[in-house]
Amino acid sequence: MRISRRLLAGLTTASLALSVTSCGGGSDSTISYDDEITVGILHSLSGTMAISEKTLVDTEIMAIEEINASGGVFVDGKFYEIKYKVEDGASNWPLFAEKSSQMIDANYPVIFGGWTSASRKAMLPVYEEKDGFLYYPIQYEGRECSPNIMYTGATPNQQSEPATEFMFKYSPAKKKPFFLVGSDYVFPRTSNTITKEQLKKLGGKVVGEDYLPLGNTEVAPIITKIKKALPKGGVIINTLNGDQNVAFFKQIQDEGITPENGYYVMSYSIAEEEISTIGPEFLEGHYGAWNYMMSIDSLESKKFAAKFKKRWGSDRVVADPQESAYNMVYLWKKAVEKAGTFDDEAVRAALIGVTFDAPQGPIKVMPNHHISQTVRIGRINSGGGFTILDEYTSDGPVIPQTWNQFYPEDIGYGCDWSEGGGGRKYKL
Amino acid sequence: MDLFFDILFEGISIGSVLLIAALGLAIVFGLMGVINLAHGELIMVGAYSTFVTQLIFKQPFLKPFYGSYIIVSIFVAFIFSACVGILLERLIIRKLYGSPLETLLATWGVSLLLQQFVRSIPLAIGPGIIITFISGISIKNIVNTKFTNYAQKKYIDLSIWVFSVFLGIISTNSIALNISRLSRADSRNVDVTAPKWMRGPIEIFGETFPKTRLWIIFITLTSVIVVLIFLNLSEWGLRIRAVTQNRSMSECLGLSTKKVDTLTFALGSGLAGVAGVAVSLLGSVGPNVGQNYIVPCFMVVVLGGVGNLIGTVIASFGIGIMTDLIGAGRLISIWPDMPNALANIVNFFATTSMARVMIFTLIIVFLQFKPSGLFPQKGRMVES
Amino acid sequence: MKISKKHFYLLIWVIAFALFIAMPSLVSDSRLKILGKCLSLGIVALGIDLSWGYTGLLSLGQGIFFSLGGYAIAMFLQLNSLKEGIPEFFGLYGVRELPFFWEPFKSPIFTLISIWLIPGIVAGLIGFLVFRNRIKGVYFSILTQAALLVFFNFFNGQQKLINGTNGLPTPNTTLFGMMVGDPIMQKYFYYISGILVIVFYLFCKWLVSKRFGRILIGIRDDEPRVRFSGYNPVLFKTIIFVFAGCLAGISGALFTVQADLISPQYMRVPFSIEMVIWVAVGGRGTLIGAILGAFFIRLGESVVQGLIPGGWIFIQGGLFILVVTVLPEGIIGWINNGGPHNLLTRWGLIKRFIATYPSLEATKNKEV
Repeated sequence: MRISRRLLAGLTTASLALSVTSCGGGSDSTISYDDEITVGILHSLSGTMAISEKTLVDTEIMAIEEINASGGVFVDGKFYEIKYKVEDGASNWPLFAEKSSQMIDANYPVIFGGWTSASRKAMLPVYEEKDGFLYYPIQYEGRECSPNIMYTGATPNQQSEPATEFMFKYSPAKKKPFFLVGSDYVFPRTSNTITKEQLKKLGGKVVGEDYLPLGNTEVAPIITKIKKALPKGGVIINTLNGDQNVAFFKQIQDEGITPENGYYVMSYSIAEEEISTIGPEFLEGHYGAWNYMMSIDSLESKKFAAKFKKRWGSDRVVADPQESAYNMVYLWKKAVEKAGTFDDEAVRAALIGVTFDAPQGPIKVMPNHHISQTVRIGRINSGGGFTILDEYTSDGPVIPQTWNQFYPEDIGYGCDWSEGGGGRKYKL
Repeated sequence: MDLFFDILFEGISIGSVLLIAALGLAIVFGLMGVINLAHGELIMVGAYSTFVTQLIFKQPFLKPFYGSYIIVSIFVAFIFSACVGILLERLIIRKLYGSPLETLLATWGVSLLLQQFVRSIPLAIGPGIIITFISGISIKNIVNTKFTNYAQKKYIDLSIWVFSVFLGIISTNSIALNISRLSRADSRNVDVTAPKWMRGPIEIFGETFPKTRLWIIFITLTSVIVVLIFLNLSEWGLRIRAVTQNRSMSECLGLSTKKVDTLTFALGSGLAGVAGVAVSLLGSVGPNVGQNYIVPCFMVVVLGGVGNLIGTVIASFGIGIMTDLIGAGRLISIWPDMPNALANIVNFFATTSMARVMIFTLIIVFLQFKPSGLFPQKGRMVES
Repeated sequence: MKISKKHFYLLIWVIAFALFIAMPSLVSDSRLKILGKCLSLGIVALGIDLSWGYTGLLSLGQGIFFSLGGYAIAMFLQLNSLKEGIPEFFGLYGVRELPFFWEPFKSPIFTLISIWLIPGIVAGLIGFLVFRNRIKGVYFSILTQAALLVFFNFFNGQQKLINGTNGLPTPNTTLFGMMVGDPIMQKYFYYISGILVIVFYLFCKWLVSKRFGRILIGIRDDEPRVRFSGYNPVLFKTIIFVFAGCLAGISGALFTVQADLISPQYMRVPFSIEMVIWVAVGGRGTLIGAILGAFFIRLGESVVQGLIPGGWIFIQGGLFILVVTVLPEGIIGWINNGGPHNLLTRWGLIKRFIATYPSLEATKNKEV
């Protein structure tokens, strides 16, 4: 009896999800709206990135449904129901560009989308050329500032820099040498360049770095290098991509590269979702740094996790990228309501300065089209979550620096898209 | 000396993954001349069957034996992949013998379908199809010997298949009901966790070795030995060799070449399944897992010499050692005071991605000098 | 009968051409871009048809030449739109000087030549070495696939030289003082793609109608016999492979300016095999089939992908199996062999015509 009910529940969720995605926006019959507005969602629903990006689509749909349930968007004296159109980027960067240009041509007021830096880099010229507007939800390498993109993920100074500082100054492996491991694409490469510059200033030592081609899971040569470079333990900064993490953590444990032996891994792309796939037994004792963690002990955070589970299934988890995706839908709503119109120019001007009580705590849109947010360091526990190290949580939200202040070419530069601001890159 | 053993061990452990992945291909491609681009997906089937076995062993009634699931899964993976292989051979490849380019395209299509299958269809259906297939074939073989009347046979055949489909549906349902992960389509990667006794480092003669890697080497070597014994000492092995050496002559002597073809293909596919177990122990299991192995596998087989299993063994260990030498930057530790210009080049290639570039280039260049690989087959044209 | 058939074909050509001219005013800018891309892919398919359909060389590495052409034009555009310094992305990796191989791409003339010459040279190198050793059939296919993997890993891994996985974007670059992504510019590219497809089609058709074409078919059907007749198959195979490479390069360049981006993704194994299926579905050895196959399959892909994510892969996989087992001569080949006629007469139980090789459009009207 117990079992069949579970299957039934699964089936209902599945059919619910189907009906919702197929008709594009579930509408609640009890609420009446004056008009409707359709927004675009552009993520990979197929291909290698689908695993990660589908969770974002789920979250964005949830946020839209929530807004609709509370009456929709109130613009210019009218209540608008939000409809959405989900497009598939198919893990193919050029396709992201193609779909973006189609969606801008189809006059969507806003597009939520992207995950990999490569897809964002492919889309950016399209948005700038056609003057569209994109919300991008993932923590990234910084060093970019576009008037046509709103970045709601962390910049390096909101994730990797505090994490590096923590590992070097306070972690059990403090003052020990660093080894940098990453997938071979732009985020790990740039992030590691910043880490190296930062460690130079802190007085730390980087004894090696290596990159694994995307899709390759043979990590044996990297492990050999780590063992050679860090014979007595040390810090490993890990920026590997999704499934490569599995191979990496499985095999380093086999080779005795564990916290017990003095090796601590700090990962920038391992969140609750990844912990549950890899298995906490491989990750326990290592670290992660995020703005949002499911274990944050606040009402907003708990509500967010509970709502997500209720909507998509009790075995689902929420993590930082999802929280960021959730925030961006609300930030757009607030900006539109503040501007009182869907006109892109006005909304863009109104966006700066918008605040929101996010699951992670208060956030605010800064003039450089990034948001100020809180930084947290967590130790992975055996339960598959993070134990947040409260004493190292930032004191309140951290101001985002899109031009990195450790990177030689960027030191002293800022970005400001507000009225009369300095634009893309100006001397502070 | 220490360095030498380090390189040897690392090389063998990288090579043994390649070898187990390529072993099935060496049989299918080497002995039958079939270009099976779906070989990678047969590996994937093996890896997913390991995952399913693991989940089944997590059920309460099997929980006490959880530690042994990996051994059971080797057989399950072999059987599942072999069944998929038989289906593939019977339905598609059989029609295309003698036209390798067409086989290549058709099997690529199959590989796309299999990938999309695991993405968009609940996994529980997989075992259902396999069980239907196995029961259908085996009951038919048992019953066949007793009934010879043709009209009777038709009805019995039909009822056997109806029964088998029913059996398949029942097993699909019972798996789906008990294990929720298998009851819905999910394109997220899954993960196989090795049992405790297979994890962690082990100390042998004062050196630590990773246990999982040792087990993979063990599985690989056992498979190679079993295959060699099967091919060289058993009766069916004799038949396989006879058919591969002279098809028409064997047919004249009364061998059922069709049966031999199916058997050879099943053996090759089954070995791909065993490779899937090994692969699942190292990384995560996803629809794309096979894609990473397919081209390297073909290179191993071509490098070793088509139709020569020993060549395949040596080629894969050779590639493994080269990967370690180049990719882990060992060349500098071997020869610390090499000239600066050379050291720069060595460093340029001392990453995993560039090591791949280097090794594949070396193989292509090597094949220019010895087009038929390290150990060319003598006296028989493999093609034309 | 014969004349009416000719008129019928003429009519189709006229309609197709009129549609081609009128298309920019019929569809939106972004749809026109897709059509332009599909047209430009017809050129690479022509090359594959020549090398596979006519000569029997199944290359699974056309993505190399395609991408090399794309990179050549993208590098030029990147440099051309600079006022000073080096392209912006180099800053991401701390590169301060332009890598040496970028230098020549400052010249538009060099770029125009290199779009087809560099892929041609690479194809020549690979082809000559392989053919000289009499490596053929599937071994050739596997080797080209391995070469593809080498190029993919190299371009993918070299962030500092060529921007790695991100690839080189083109829409915000300038050409003749206009943005490449501009709709007017895109309209030009569409027309150029269409005209070049027709030009190359006519050229290929002329090529295979000569003795040269018959030697190619000879190599495909019985290479030793061609060799014994005193021809050097290595030379012919290399020439045709180089030509296919050049076509791929041109196609890649045209595709890149319309696709907004060239990235190592175009050097992935699936894309190169997909190219083969265009030709197989259209009908190998028919030339027009290759163009139509590339155009319609690619178009179908962008339509289906919008409707059912992931559904395209099922269709594509099915197409591979179907075309090989049921329709080996492709759609155009099937029509040319009287396929529809056969299908209609099958129910009338008239003796069926079985084709073993795709018979060739070019040789049809001549004495065989």
